[in-house]
Amino acid sequence: MSSGYTPALMELIKKVEATRPARVEKARKGEHFPALTMEQRQEWLKKYHPDYKNDGRRQVIVGPNKGTVLPEEVASLLESKSRINPANFDLSRADYTTDLLVIGAGGAGTAAALAAQEAGLKVLISTKLRHGDSNTVMAEGGIQAADQEGDSPYFHYLDVIGGGHFSNQPELVAAMTNDAPLIIHWLESLGMMFDKMPDGRMKVRHGGGTSRKRMHSAGDMTGAEIMRVVRDEARNRTNDIKLLEFTPAVEILLDENGRAAGAVLYNLETKEYYIVRAKAVLIATGGFGRLHIQGFPTTNHYGATADGCVMAYRAGVRLQDMDSTQYHPTGAIFPEQNVGLLITEKVRGLGAQLLNTEGEQFCFPLEPRDVESACVIRECLEIGKGIVTPTGRFGVWLDSPMIDMLHGEGTVRKELPAKYIQFKRYDIDISKVPMLIYPTLHYQNGGIAINEWSETSVEGLFSAGEVAGGVHGRNRLMGNSLLDVLVFGRRAGIRAAEYAKGNNPSGKVTLSHVDNFNKEIDKAGIKDPGVGPILLPDYAPDHVRERQVG
Amino acid sequence: MAEDKKLKTLATGDKTIPPEGAKMIPIYIMGREYMVPETLTIMKAVEYAGYSYVRGCGCRGGICGACGTFYRFLGDYRLRSGLACQTVAEPNMVIMQLPFFPANRPGYDLENMQGNPHEELRRLYPEVFKCVGCGTCTRTCPMDIDVMDYIALMKRGDLRGAALKSFDCVMCGLCTSRCPAQISQYMAAMFVRRVFGKFILPKAEHLSKRVEEVKSGKYEKKLKELIGMKQEDVKKLYVEREREPDLAEAGKWMPKDTTNL
Ligand SMILES: Cc1cc2nc3c(=O)[nH]c(=O)nc-3n(C[C@H](O)[C@H](O)[C@H](O)COP(=O)(O)OP(=O)(O)OC[C@H]3O[C@@H](n4cnc5c(N)ncnc54)[C@H](O)[C@@H]3O)c2cc1C
Ligand code: SF4
Ligand code: SF4
Ligand code: FES
Repeated sequence: MSSGYTPALMELIKKVEATRPARVEKARKGEHFPALTMEQRQEWLKKYHPDYKNDGRRQVIVGPNKGTVLPEEVASLLESKSRINPANFDLSRADYTTDLLVIGAGGAGTAAALAAQEAGLKVLISTKLRHGDSNTVMAEGGIQAADQEGDSPYFHYLDVIGGGHFSNQPELVAAMTNDAPLIIHWLESLGMMFDKMPDGRMKVRHGGGTSRKRMHSAGDMTGAEIMRVVRDEARNRTNDIKLLEFTPAVEILLDENGRAAGAVLYNLETKEYYIVRAKAVLIATGGFGRLHIQGFPTTNHYGATADGCVMAYRAGVRLQDMDSTQYHPTGAIFPEQNVGLLITEKVRGLGAQLLNTEGEQFCFPLEPRDVESACVIRECLEIGKGIVTPTGRFGVWLDSPMIDMLHGEGTVRKELPAKYIQFKRYDIDISKVPMLIYPTLHYQNGGIAINEWSETSVEGLFSAGEVAGGVHGRNRLMGNSLLDVLVFGRRAGIRAAEYAKGNNPSGKVTLSHVDNFNKEIDKAGIKDPGVGPILLPDYAPDHVRERQVG
Repeated sequence: MAEDKKLKTLATGDKTIPPEGAKMIPIYIMGREYMVPETLTIMKAVEYAGYSYVRGCGCRGGICGACGTFYRFLGDYRLRSGLACQTVAEPNMVIMQLPFFPANRPGYDLENMQGNPHEELRRLYPEVFKCVGCGTCTRTCPMDIDVMDYIALMKRGDLRGAALKSFDCVMCGLCTSRCPAQISQYMAAMFVRRVFGKFILPKAEHLSKRVEEVKSGKYEKKLKELIGMKQEDVKKLYVEREREPDLAEAGKWMPKDTTNL
């Protein structure tokens, strides 16, 4: 009984069931749907992958990246006007004064705060939601580091740069892979509950594109455990690390010499603006999933709206690879409450196939992530054989019941406990009926350009984590992002401490870069520019919005 | 035109687009009635009704604990709880989210902890030892954690048991809001898990060794070489790299060429 599906969908599932025995039979014999050739891959990607499609993208016409072709959503955000009118601000006052201002309290921001505090700084953290409401908390899979005897940072480096199609910035890759064991050790010393053997050896697994088993985990909530632990430690240091929740930054302040000197924060509840003076500023605001590029659902948390990119851009910092987005091929689209939820690659690894509305296979299930996504999009949009859900979403079947048939009764429950429960909650037993999936927006590959010490082109302005680009090039491997945010977060904290100690800002601060940017927008003739950063996405339905007009 | 329509339907992001003829159900958000399409989570139903979240919404994926919610059904005395992003809105639900609830969290210094962990727990959280065993916390927990049991394990000094039992906690605070003994269960559990991770779980020796190697600068030269290499050469190394077998025993397997370890 799987009453979680509507009768209409149950009717369609019969078609899947009809073709299943023959498909399982073939799979047992090792016969697969043919994989695409290298040429077809390129063609499919060009035609159907959102990154390659030309509609939905255009040149951005203002700012440091002027002329770069970017997704419409990113381009218009970069061409948005400030939320504030600089003329309304008396910049001679300061509501807060600190050594380091950290913007964003996910993994990167918190790691930076701890490192800077250890180096003697006073830290103020501005964050949009609560401490730890972030993408970091959502990571399930694991974190990479070369700490086993048969592995070394050398091989980790090769895996990262190969996975990124050699488009990564080599210095960043070297810094990350070299520091990785230090990060795991640091987390261990903070009391993180890693999955270990009885003798203390780390349990490690392979991930997509790894040559060595180096994926460390804490159950299937690695990111949540990391976040809990670093946040708890920050809470033990409240004398030096102050936190402002629901108070996002909206603009960076510069001093007369063009160095970062603080930020304007916005209290989401009282709607007040605050001025923070700081000797150094770190942008660690995470990714852009909630921009819903080309309408895609996302796995990201509520606050993933690219605010950091917008602020840095107006302060004159160049962004890189912002046209490169990681879509995970299998995001849930049904039931509505699971939309965007990540369905791990493991499901396909265990033999589940992708099927159209006729119950037919249309692609090899283990193509690279980007290619697989293109195949699903093609089947729905071009071929028109997608399944439409009651809430108007498109998708295809992921035939999970095959797994038990191939590997024995109970395999789904044993190997995929979290997913099993997440669907069971809604009366869908994925060991008996298939799931509905569609690609989902997962990760911002590009971002703020930094060097191996997390420094941007603006003096005193640092950036780390998903908001920064270059580490993973145009494609990130699983398990390297949690690592990236902690490595470059800590590096930012350490370097900011060195920088802040020698820097005694006395001069005036200014928002003239914001003024100038607003003028540039007017000059470029952009009609109806939006307002950015957007801070929170708006999900009010149209019938409500219509009545909100007074 | 047909193409347009398709793309439009697709472009929904997280906004709910109910199908034509969707069944509408009444829910009561803090007592006020709204009609929303069935099958939505409480979170999406609240947004459908026209609310915009500032508090009470984080990951939207059941792991951050921002969206703890209490509800009753009209005419039913039972108080229920769940995560708003994970619980389906049903007809006649009367909903109140609890975006914040004060909890007790004394600071501590893990690095320089005096005394044994159990004594330290007693010093920091004496209230844990006053649990009356009512089981309300366990009934309240949206993660189906046996909270009362982990508290009992703490009292007994079984910190390992308490750490493992509480591992799935998303720190939503719902248990704490209902405890007659005024215990902040999840904060005490956080302390216990860190103590367990640091002092009770054995250390990874291979890791400490690798850390020494990294600190001595052992890999810097090799990495510099890679940085300076032509792309073709790096590509070649990438393609030629040996893959550790899936079933190799950790720490035992060695590549044929050990020069780059
Ligand atoms: C579902 C999911 C699964 C994943 N699985 C893995 C995995 O298994 N392994 C892996 O390595 N990686 C994984 N990732 C990727 C990884 O989790 C993230 O890339 C990484 O944690 C980002 O960390 P961060 O600190 O840069 O950003 P975040 O953790 O997102 O933190 C950014 C913080 O900044 C805040 N913020 C935003 N705007 C502002 C503003 N204007 N002012 C102040 N604060 C602001 C945000 O609210 C947030 O708290 C996964 C990601 C997702 C979404
Ligand atoms: S133990 Fe308490 S804080 Fe943790 S998930 Fe359960 S109810 Fe929430
Ligand atoms: S609610 Fe409080 S008193 Fe009751 S069992 Fe839980 S911890 Fe003990
Ligand atoms: S919003 Fe994070 S648990 Fe519901």
